[in-house]
Amino acid sequence: MRKYVPKDNVQGKSYYTDRFWVAPRVPRTAVEEGSHFASVVEAMGAFVKEAYVEIGQLVIHIDATQNLEAMRLLKEQCGYTQCSEQSAVDYLAQDGEFELFYQLLNITQAARVRVVCRIKKGEAIESIVSLYKSANFAEREIFDMFGIKINNHPFLKRIIMPDDWEGHPLLKTYPLHGDEFASWYEVDKIFGKEYRDIIGPENRDQSRIDRYDTKRFSRVGYEVPFGADISEGEKENPIEYSETVLVDYNKDAGKELAERK
Amino acid sequence: MQQPNKLSPFFENLNFERDDNTMVINFGPQHPSAHGQLRLVLELDGEQVVKAYPDIGYLHRGVEKMAENMTYNEFLPTTDRLDYIASTSNNYAYALAVEKLLGIEAPRRAQVIRTMLLELNRIISHLFFIATHALDVGAMSVFLYAFREREFAMDLMEDYCGARLTHSAVRIGGVPLDLPAGWIENLVQFCAKVEHEIEHTYEALLTENRIWKMRLEDVGVISAEDALSWGCTGPMLRGSGVKWDIRKEEPYELYSELDFDIPVSDRCDSYGRYRLYMAEMHESIKILRQLMPMYSKTEPQLMAHAPQYISAPKEEIMTQNYALMQHFVLVTQGMRPPKGEVYVATESPKGELGFYIKSEGEPYAYRLKCRAPSFFHTGLLQDLLVGTYIADVVTIIGTTNIVFGEVDR
Repeated sequence: MRKYVPKDNVQGKSYYTDRFWVAPRVPRTAVEEGSHFASVVEAMGAFVKEAYVEIGQLVIHIDATQNLEAMRLLKEQCGYTQCSEQSAVDYLAQDGEFELFYQLLNITQAARVRVVCRIKKGEAIESIVSLYKSANFAEREIFDMFGIKINNHPFLKRIIMPDDWEGHPLLKTYPLHGDEFASWYEVDKIFGKEYRDIIGPENRDQSRIDRYDTKRFSRVGYEVPFGADISEGEKENPIEYSETVLVDYNKDAGKELAERK
Repeated sequence: MQQPNKLSPFFENLNFERDDNTMVINFGPQHPSAHGQLRLVLELDGEQVVKAYPDIGYLHRGVEKMAENMTYNEFLPTTDRLDYIASTSNNYAYALAVEKLLGIEAPRRAQVIRTMLLELNRIISHLFFIATHALDVGAMSVFLYAFREREFAMDLMEDYCGARLTHSAVRIGGVPLDLPAGWIENLVQFCAKVEHEIEHTYEALLTENRIWKMRLEDVGVISAEDALSWGCTGPMLRGSGVKWDIRKEEPYELYSELDFDIPVSDRCDSYGRYRLYMAEMHESIKILRQLMPMYSKTEPQLMAHAPQYISAPKEEIMTQNYALMQHFVLVTQGMRPPKGEVYVATESPKGELGFYIKSEGEPYAYRLKCRAPSFFHTGLLQDLLVGTYIADVVTIIGTTNIVFGEVDR
């Protein structure tokens, strides 16, 4: 029987997990009274849904619709003048939501704050380019990688993937080797759609080795002319993966205990 | 639009806009001064840039996607391919982020070795910067001299870990190897040599060079406010007069015990940044000289003792059954850090290199985001290039010191 792979998350998974395993959690501590972080939480006031300190950094959960106002307050009143990083985490499979985070830095206090908010699938979020110019590229990357629309961004366009790409690579539903579209992309682009039958889809398997390829691989010690056919009529075998099968498994041969000893 | 015919063929890189008298040129992605795969679309009015659009993604390999499909230890060699000029700083930044998540600390000897490697990588990277920057601006001989010293530094890396470019010289929880015999002596020699060369070759050739000054002074000016807003870090930020170095402000490894200065320049231009890079190499040598006597005072342990996450030393695996079982589980399944999220910033030679890791308690990271300094420095180009002349474009790309392994990831 083929292994069940959930469709909504096709990322790498552990092949075995002890069913009694409960993952511990990194300790989250309450914001200490009188510290710099306490003053930040106080200044944020009603914006804060939840605030705690995790591994030395303040984490503030806010409402996604208030992100721009909250960030303006952090920048202008709390001195968080740099937005080091922002990105998203895909929780569509669990909650149907994206988690967005903004990593802010205060250089006078040497303190870092992470502002976290959640948006539903298909919802857009307000751009913070008017506050932090670094968001220009970072938000384009969010759009490119997750398909999250950013409102009022000056130039919302794919940044890393080609403009005519389909799909958003960092979604959990997107396979590591690319999807159907990815396997035809270069064939269509270089040769044209009409060559699909002749060329076939691109094999995006990293572990594939073409042993008769004398154009891209040299055979050290057995050099042959460039492009020579060395297959000697032998057909190339498709790649086969080993499957775990139980050989000569006879269910009746086993003995089942009626009672546990 | 061009209308090509036999007399005026199609100009691939040029697009003449007749109506407003501006010209659009395509710079890269195969331009030798593009520092990798940078494509810049520049709109020119005469020789002045009126609009610049950096187009990236030509080196995209999906490193963050790969991180979600690899166990934590498997992913470490992939980080080499981010900033491939100074790989150890990537390895280290990633290893530190995972260590913070696990709540473990590397033993003292590993810390000494790591700090040495980090500073050696900083020298390698800065030498590469000065070589390519000078070459772009037109000073060919500096390139040859700087690459000579860089080779010696890479020989040291090779002696330590066997690789010259993609080191993977750091592990989660420590370092894999002790320093080989005679390595410290070679490092002493290297420090003396490179210090001499910085002073008598590079600085002698460039600092007061009239052409160099004309090409760099008042080129690529960024105000401190803009630098912060655009997410500039490292020498780009310190070159604008902001004294911010993560090694000093949020010290990691042994930096809190070491005595070194943070060079700052308030010139805000390319020349100031060039001076910073030179001064930083001197500081790195100073740090290396302090680390050498520290090494002999340490215990020989190289990896942290955390059996839940890190395999025991090889002798124990070969002699003790329980260590072998644990090793088997860690290799076949991978370590399972606790649930939680962490963002750790380190001062890489290019700026703030940070790793954000979201763990759901699985052996695979749920989300890994690499905060690469060059990515934000590339974004800055669209602002910095406007108003400059086409001849300065190459200088400005050079001074940002971007590496495309990091930009595209």
